[in-house]
Amino acid sequence: MPDATKTAAADGTAAAARHEFDAKARSQTSIILGRFVHHRLAMVSLAVLLLLAISSFVVPLFLKYNYADTTAGGYLKPGGGHILGTDQLGRDALAQLLRGTQFSLAIAFTVAISSTIVGVLIGAVAGYLKGIIDSSLMRLVDLFLIVPQIALTALLVHAFAPSWYVVAAVLALFNWMQIARITRGEALSLSAREFVEASRASGGGTWHIVFKHLIPNMIGTITVNATLSVSTAVLTEAALSFIGLGVQLPDTSLGLIVQDNYTQVLLRPWLFWGPFLAIVLISMTISFIGDGLRDAFDPRQTKVRA
Amino acid sequence: MFQYLIRRLLISIPILLIGSFLVFILVASAGDPLAGLRTKPGITAQQIQSLSAQLGLDHSILVRYWDWLTGFVRGDWGNSIALGEAQAPVFDTVSNALWVTMRLVIGAELIALVLGIAVGVFSAVRQYSIFDYLMTSVAFLMFSMPIACVAVVVKNYGIQFNELLLSLHLNRWLTTAGPPANGFGHNLGQVIVNYSGTFLLPTISLMTISFAAYSRFQRASMLETLNADYVRTARAKGLSQSRVIFRHAMRNALIPVSTLFALNIGAIIGGAIITERVFGWNGMGTVLVKAVSNYDPPTLMGWFAVTATIVVVFNLISDLLYGLLDPRIRLA
Repeated sequence: MPDATKTAAADGTAAAARHEFDAKARSQTSIILGRFVHHRLAMVSLAVLLLLAISSFVVPLFLKYNYADTTAGGYLKPGGGHILGTDQLGRDALAQLLRGTQFSLAIAFTVAISSTIVGVLIGAVAGYLKGIIDSSLMRLVDLFLIVPQIALTALLVHAFAPSWYVVAAVLALFNWMQIARITRGEALSLSAREFVEASRASGGGTWHIVFKHLIPNMIGTITVNATLSVSTAVLTEAALSFIGLGVQLPDTSLGLIVQDNYTQVLLRPWLFWGPFLAIVLISMTISFIGDGLRDAFDPRQTKVRA
Repeated sequence: MFQYLIRRLLISIPILLIGSFLVFILVASAGDPLAGLRTKPGITAQQIQSLSAQLGLDHSILVRYWDWLTGFVRGDWGNSIALGEAQAPVFDTVSNALWVTMRLVIGAELIALVLGIAVGVFSAVRQYSIFDYLMTSVAFLMFSMPIACVAVVVKNYGIQFNELLLSLHLNRWLTTAGPPANGFGHNLGQVIVNYSGTFLLPTISLMTISFAAYSRFQRASMLETLNADYVRTARAKGLSQSRVIFRHAMRNALIPVSTLFALNIGAIIGGAIITERVFGWNGMGTVLVKAVSNYDPPTLMGWFAVTATIVVVFNLISDLLYGLLDPRIRLA
């Protein structure tokens, strides 16, 4: 009999332990997602950014004027169909603004995604293989870092067609060094860990280890940096288009709209502040989302925000 | 230390050589320097040919690079070939522009550094106070603003301020179109008024982003040192609060910011393009924009060589500073 009670008690504790274990067995993804969802500022920023992105595609469908219509006459005041008035050529300023937002977002996300892919690959391979490959890849990074990014971008965009994807590609070409340095550092420390050694001992090749072991373990750093590089790309593109060496018509961007309208800042402030506000909103919300992601991925962060 | 310096200098030479060669290829393949001439009426094919021989365009790229490099080292950077530049020597163009930009950038960066350190230290000491939250939001806002818009807004407020001064029967103070061509005036009062009026607006617009970066960096490193054991020891010894903060915590917290400062100066000399454009300063930015849009290879090469060298030199300074300020780091 004592035996039975003992087993029952043991069963009970085992069940309790199992139950406790069940309650804690959340996947890493859901923990991180949970932390991110509870980051209030990041969620508000995400909502604002999504709203901005969606409305830049949807609102033009309901506007009375197309972005290309020039029938109205230059510099009309807001009102009467033109919610933000018209610019010098008589194009509807709101339609222009929304179209610029579309292009700026497209450029920024293209730059962030492609430069992250290139940077992560180079950084992870350099950090894992070490030796001559590492030092030559890092000298390549130094090489790209010494020439002023905006100058070479201007030269290349001027040499090719100034369309939005050329600007995006060239910006990405000079934007991968930072993430490559960071991932190299992480790959160096990760490749000294036992699980990488175990994988190598059981015959895992370089690409297997890089893709299955190194990159999944750096996903937090990669995501945060990719997010932050979106906001850098928005600002760099705006600067480039402002000096007239970035995107050109028929494509457009927020920087180009600012350049078109900045002389009107006192007379017709709505023409200037619209694109200005759009740029600030995009880069600010993305910074906050990056901050929220950083907090969510940080394993030292155990505090749950209410 | 000395050995380290020599070794770093020796490493940077091949990097600069390879970099300049790649940029040379890029610049050479980015366009045709005689395109403007070819479409001009009354220019024969023979003239084009002799001109292209004169410019060395009929040689291979390696020969052209070697010619450029040997010329560059000897101080002969070639002449501008853009139409309307009157074959201005590149050396003069670039060095004048560099002087203009340096005057603007170094002052702005120094002011941003001092302000940034002060704000950073104060935010760290009073962490989570209203001041800290306010400065954090200001820094985030400054990071998110395109410098072009900041410059435009600052310029227009400057113009309005001038009009206010005029309406009060005073002279204009702020300059929004570059430094005065004929000096800053004769007596001291005039010089001070002209000098401050000329530099104030571009300095503000250059400062914003640097200031945000410095204050955030200083706050983070100050928080780290304030929580370090040796600061607790200093407090336990009974030192006064100001002595603990300024003598013990702040001095160590200055290390990361000072290296960031050296890196930033190198980068911003080529990056002040927007501010120079808006305020009409004929600095490095204006030279670059002109050289790109007129396609002027000699000027472009001179520009790239100078800025790349400056970046390399300031990177080196920042590494050396790190070793000097933090004796735990041995440079070998």
